[in-house]
Amino acid sequence: MSMLVIKDLHASIEEREILKGISLTVNPGEVHAIMGPNGSGKSTLASVLAGRDSYEVTQGSVTLDGKDLLEMAPEDRAREGVFLAFQYPVEIPGVSTTNFLKTAVNEKRKAQGEDQLDAVAFMKMMKEKMNLVKIDQSLLSRSLNEGFSGGEKKRNEIFQMAMLDPKLAIMDETDSGLDIDALRLVSNGVNKLRASHNAFIVITHYQRLLEYIVPDFVHVMYNGRLVKAGGKELALELEEKGYDWIKEDADMVAQ
Amino acid sequence: MSDQQRILDEITQSEYKFGFSTDIEMDMAPVGLNEDIIRFISEKKEEPDFILEWRLKAFRHWQKLKEPHWGNFKFTPVDYQALSYYAAPKKRPQLTDMDQVDPELRKTFEKLGISLAEQKRLSGVAVDAVFDSVSVATTFKKQLREAGVIFCSMSEAIREHPDLVKKYLGSVVPYSDNFFASLNSAVFSDGSFAYVPKGVRCPMELSTYFRINAENTGQFERTLIVAEEGAYVSYLEGCTAPMRDENQLHAAVVEIVALDRAEVKYSTVQNWFPGDKEGRGGVFNFVTKRGLCAGHHSRISWTQVETGSAITWKYPSVVLKGDYSHGEFYSVAVTNNHQQADTGTKMQHIGKHTRSRIVSKGISAGQSNNSYRGLVRVAKNALNARNYTQCDSLLVGDRCGAHTFPYIEVKNKTAQVEHEATTSKIGEDQIFYCNQRGIGPEEAVSLIVNGYCREVLNQLPMEFAVEAQKLLSVSLEGSVG
Repeated sequence: MSMLVIKDLHASIEEREILKGISLTVNPGEVHAIMGPNGSGKSTLASVLAGRDSYEVTQGSVTLDGKDLLEMAPEDRAREGVFLAFQYPVEIPGVSTTNFLKTAVNEKRKAQGEDQLDAVAFMKMMKEKMNLVKIDQSLLSRSLNEGFSGGEKKRNEIFQMAMLDPKLAIMDETDSGLDIDALRLVSNGVNKLRASHNAFIVITHYQRLLEYIVPDFVHVMYNGRLVKAGGKELALELEEKGYDWIKEDADMVAQ
Repeated sequence: MSDQQRILDEITQSEYKFGFSTDIEMDMAPVGLNEDIIRFISEKKEEPDFILEWRLKAFRHWQKLKEPHWGNFKFTPVDYQALSYYAAPKKRPQLTDMDQVDPELRKTFEKLGISLAEQKRLSGVAVDAVFDSVSVATTFKKQLREAGVIFCSMSEAIREHPDLVKKYLGSVVPYSDNFFASLNSAVFSDGSFAYVPKGVRCPMELSTYFRINAENTGQFERTLIVAEEGAYVSYLEGCTAPMRDENQLHAAVVEIVALDRAEVKYSTVQNWFPGDKEGRGGVFNFVTKRGLCAGHHSRISWTQVETGSAITWKYPSVVLKGDYSHGEFYSVAVTNNHQQADTGTKMQHIGKHTRSRIVSKGISAGQSNNSYRGLVRVAKNALNARNYTQCDSLLVGDRCGAHTFPYIEVKNKTAQVEHEATTSKIGEDQIFYCNQRGIGPEEAVSLIVNGYCREVLNQLPMEFAVEAQKLLSVSLEGSVG
């Protein structure tokens, strides 16, 4: 059974239509990359899936394991297993990553009818996941994202992903602002989390990230639509030829 | 209406959770205030003449003063002749165990979750329960006495330790200090007295719970804490008040004296009835709190979590008289609905090498107004004085106000005074980020607010900090979306 089914999704912000009919199906175990030029609507898609309320869905449907995702509040989507790795992770002064995640993990467990983790079990889980994504303890006791470097913020996102073990992880330009070492660390973390029960949507502007996180499918988004799809070789083609030929093709079709 | 606005409304509209009133027979003074009333109070309390004289002097001075209205809040002038200035539970039993406590009273404490029975079991915390101005039960007294610490009601101190009271009462906040302090000096009902002798580290945290519980009765607590040379004491005070329609006046005075190398930590959680969500009712909290670092290397630290009262007018201050003395003020003030708070501190640097630190965290929600007012004064001879002030405001929603009034007066060139201030809003981005991790809006606000206040909450003793965190969440319940 398909995990995520997006059908003819339209969404606007302040009366301006950004998504103009997106359809996409994601199965467990798959990694989908969504590429495209700036302003094509990639991040909007991520926000709409996560439930940011500044966007209005005007048409279409999204289901996760058959459940209507669009009907759910953002926190319920998260508890159902949707995770968004933010392009710009938010700072929360005075709240440590540890404390933040303890709340998040327990909220999710509560929603799923499981017992709260006690301090010992939680620390054990932390240790395990820290090891998996190679993140330092000292970072986790600092205020969430406050004063973190770009790379630290992104690694923290991946760590949170590891802790929350989502069904569907959406990575919104996680590679932006990362140097090659940070990129490798982040990608390794993601690769270790890939499993047959989860799926990834990797949004990126550049092919570079896809050298490390190898996708099963590559989609090209332009002007609010997915205009082209292919395998991982499509990413290389885009790298070589740029987006102009896609734009021209798409504009021709639109006319 | 955006989700944020909706949740904001929900939180801001949460009703006071501790609203109820207890039926206990009261021994009331007639309504009104004059010298006869003051004599009545003094007589009821079987006070020595010097206290009566002091009360009368204060009253005569008070009559010359005008109710101050300079604070950044509005209130209808109080009709002082319409209040009753003394109320005591009729039978004042001498108690040896909990069974002797009035069952009604015990129920009240239990509703508040501060039942004495429970408190008694809590090891290490002595509880002096103040119920409508008169202490009815005191615990752990014996252990304290063995350490040489005196911890009792002010009335008892006046009877049992008149010399100490005579020496220190009014020595930090004189009866002529300000309108409300003068009123308090004239009519103070009861309060706590703590005395820690030379070189003694008080073996437990001293804790008092205050309640207001009588129609039209002003509450005039008077607290005095004295730490002799090298002594240490940590004092905790917390309160909740029953719901009512009419405004209640609360004009307390707290005085602290720290001699050479003594240290006093004073922590408060204040949760008087704030009024309903339309702004009706609620306590007027006009409090004078001041500590005197009388000796060298002495330290006084104020920590307050203010969530209640319709109006809060309160500036816990430190007079840094001794050389190398140290004053601290840590504050979280939350206002919601129509609450108004004008609170802050005064740090008066008089001795040499004196230091002070101010950390103030204001949180405004609903249609409330929250002001920080702080004075840092460095006197002419205060060589090498240092002050650091950090003053942050957090806004929840767009109908509330945050204001900052810092006053700095420096008369010595060697002084170093730093002031940092920030104003921020709980951002939709922050809330969405939490939501995306499965944390609901209310929980998110609570998390963000507690993070914001962490520096202050860290100053509180552990069990108090947990209570304070809960209180913050309850106070802001429903307020963000």
